[in-house]
Amino acid sequence: MAKVLKATDAVIVGLGWTGAIMARELSRAGLDVVALERGPDRDPAADFALPAIRDELRFSVRQELMQDPKMETVTLRHRLDDEARPVRRFGSFLPGDGVGGMGTHWNGNTFRFLPSDHNLRTHLTERYGRARIPEDMTIQDWDVSYDELEPHYARFEALCGVSGKAGNIGGRIQAGGNPFEGPRSGEYPNAPLVSSHANELFRRAATELGLHPFPAPASNSSAPYRNPEGAQLGACQYCGHCDRFGCEANAKATPLSTLVPALSKAPGFRKVTNAYATRVLYDAKSRRATGVRYIDLRSGETYDQPAEIVILSAWVFGNTRLMLLSGIGQPYDPRAGTGVVGKNYCYQIQPTVQLFFKDEELNPFMGAGGLGMVVDDFNGDNFDHANLGFLGGGYISLNSTNGRPISFRPTPPGTPAWGAAWKRETAKWYRKTAMVLCEGMNYASRTNSMDLDPTYRDMFGQPLLRMTFNFTQNDRAMADHLLGKAAEIGRAMNATIVAPQPRKGDFNVVSYQSSHNTGGTIMGRTPADSVVNRYLQSWDAHNLFVLGSSVFPQNAGYNPTAAAAATAYWCADALVKTYLKSPSPMVQL
Amino acid sequence: MIDRRGFIASGSILALVSGEAAAAPAADAPPKGSPLAASDATAEPLYALTPNEAEFLTAIVDAFIPADDLSPSGSECGVVTFIDRQLAGAYGAGARLYQDGPFQPSNERPQFGSQSPLAPLAFIRLGIAELDTWATAQRGARVSQLSKPELEALLRDIEAGKVALPRIDARAFFAALLQLSMEGFFSDPIYGGNRGKASWRMIGYPGLPATYAKAIKDHRGRRYEAEPRSIADFL
Repeated sequence: MAKVLKATDAVIVGLGWTGAIMARELSRAGLDVVALERGPDRDPAADFALPAIRDELRFSVRQELMQDPKMETVTLRHRLDDEARPVRRFGSFLPGDGVGGMGTHWNGNTFRFLPSDHNLRTHLTERYGRARIPEDMTIQDWDVSYDELEPHYARFEALCGVSGKAGNIGGRIQAGGNPFEGPRSGEYPNAPLVSSHANELFRRAATELGLHPFPAPASNSSAPYRNPEGAQLGACQYCGHCDRFGCEANAKATPLSTLVPALSKAPGFRKVTNAYATRVLYDAKSRRATGVRYIDLRSGETYDQPAEIVILSAWVFGNTRLMLLSGIGQPYDPRAGTGVVGKNYCYQIQPTVQLFFKDEELNPFMGAGGLGMVVDDFNGDNFDHANLGFLGGGYISLNSTNGRPISFRPTPPGTPAWGAAWKRETAKWYRKTAMVLCEGMNYASRTNSMDLDPTYRDMFGQPLLRMTFNFTQNDRAMADHLLGKAAEIGRAMNATIVAPQPRKGDFNVVSYQSSHNTGGTIMGRTPADSVVNRYLQSWDAHNLFVLGSSVFPQNAGYNPTAAAAATAYWCADALVKTYLKSPSPMVQL
Repeated sequence: MIDRRGFIASGSILALVSGEAAAAPAADAPPKGSPLAASDATAEPLYALTPNEAEFLTAIVDAFIPADDLSPSGSECGVVTFIDRQLAGAYGAGARLYQDGPFQPSNERPQFGSQSPLAPLAFIRLGIAELDTWATAQRGARVSQLSKPELEALLRDIEAGKVALPRIDARAFFAALLQLSMEGFFSDPIYGGNRGKASWRMIGYPGLPATYAKAIKDHRGRRYEAEPRSIADFL
């Protein structure tokens, strides 16, 4: 039997970016908040210190900061009539774990989505006509506009001290920034990072081609920075150990570096770590969430934490799985196209071009997670799709993130994977190679979705989440188009060898691609097409709110953290200013 | 576990460029490297592998990473020692590996990665036994007794999916051997491989402390050279 704990005002499941943002806003409003975190607490000063933090084997290859699949993983099938298999080790995407969540081990790319990403179906219908959207492309509007989110994007950028260059301030295009971005209320808090030599080669070539390169907005602080929460960030050291690692310089904005210091001083806030949530306690009759059940992973005991408000911020898989395990909302049925929970699971498709320069010295080990040069000319609907066989796009970038040698040692096509020739080519090209990346979006399709696996179980015997996913024809055509453009840039950079690496075949879970998974608890206008309304409030329980990229109706051609955080601020704003005064559905049907 | 010994790979000791590296916290002492005969490098205790298994892996890692003017061989660089220690520890026992059934064969659907029920130590052990049996029957000798060209031909055949073993996906076994070998060759020397930072010298990777705020500008387009340093050099 579960031990029933003393009731609290709000309980939060998952203390990554969106959970920490919500915890901060609710405790600021005077609420008592309990945050449940599945993983351990983290102490950056001790856990991320030199020299131990520079250990590629431990943190990058063995994935010390990530979710442990032994406890819980997901299963995958490519087609509805396939039998799913478990992802036995994480590879293609890396879910986080512990206080800070994926915000601890992210790279820091902090892009806003395009205005047209936020009202996608309306935008595409207006520009190309209704008939242009394939019948099985189940995209929809967010029901929150870019303009509504703008102050919340800005707030997140200020929290993180984002280093970047604005391209559009109040409708005025700014030289050196991204001319395609939505209007911003102001400049970035920090100047761009120092670009690498490879970044500069990309910038020069893109400019020659008539494209519009700009420095990637990065939550790697280019200078010491004090954020509005009073947290002090250090200056980035370009160490090349950003993604998959903690930051010893405190220069990477994470929940730990930006919010936890203020949260730990907030009266009424309490975090419970090693607390594995298994259910949202749901009273179907009154249509209310009454709390969260969790297992203390250290003692094995089960607890019920009653609360007036329940927040799910357990990432795409956690949010969707908890809704399904708790019986809240109608599960999505991809054959019938009915139901909503698990609908519109999206990913990204990221073809790359590897470049080799016989006469350049690129020092690949110098880098930062968000250190990149980007063109947005082929993202979203920034280019005319009228005569193209696909919709959507993605940014194209050259990122100088790392040269960590267990994983980073590209060789030209045709090189064997071992032996004398492999050694020769590895030694020859290690310092002289760089990659152009296409951050291709993935638009929702009828089949790509999530449900509970009928066979495989987690460590407590509960069903794992099952993904049904494969790339669509639209994805592949879009990716080929981007790859062609990326190769063109590579040739304009005068690379000795230009090696395009298309994404072929069924989606694989082995090689890393992107941790930008979205969907499953999507937002929308009606309960028929969504799990939450525009305020991220559940249609089935007005005191249940769902945060993170699981609410995106489809993915975009960007890293999704800023959009997830902005929508969390947007939700917190509505919750504090409107909901608390009169707890009830904020969208009336 | 920490092996501070190193050898001088021929002609690959780079001049120490102090710069920011010297300004790193608690890292004033340059790495201590004493010349050592390569043959001495194999004299390490085994924690998990049998002598026969170590012999098998020595042949494999030396085919993957042959000795030449770029570096000593894989085994001379401690790669077998590295694999032995990894397999003896949490990784070998199946840490961070979902091992619940049912289990389906790996070979026809490589997109899912290995679906073997075995943790890495048992997986590698079974693979060694089965491949040795196969090689004896089909090629006339155990793997470690094959000539260099014979072994290379065998490895190419496994890589190409031309070898089928009874209870293990030969390609998944090959992939695991190659991955472990590369981890051992390129990881920080604290794990027993990459002795003398041989691979880091080979490619020009400086290791720690990796603080390049100044160098990223100063060395734009110019090779950054520094005596590579390990985590152990900062203790």
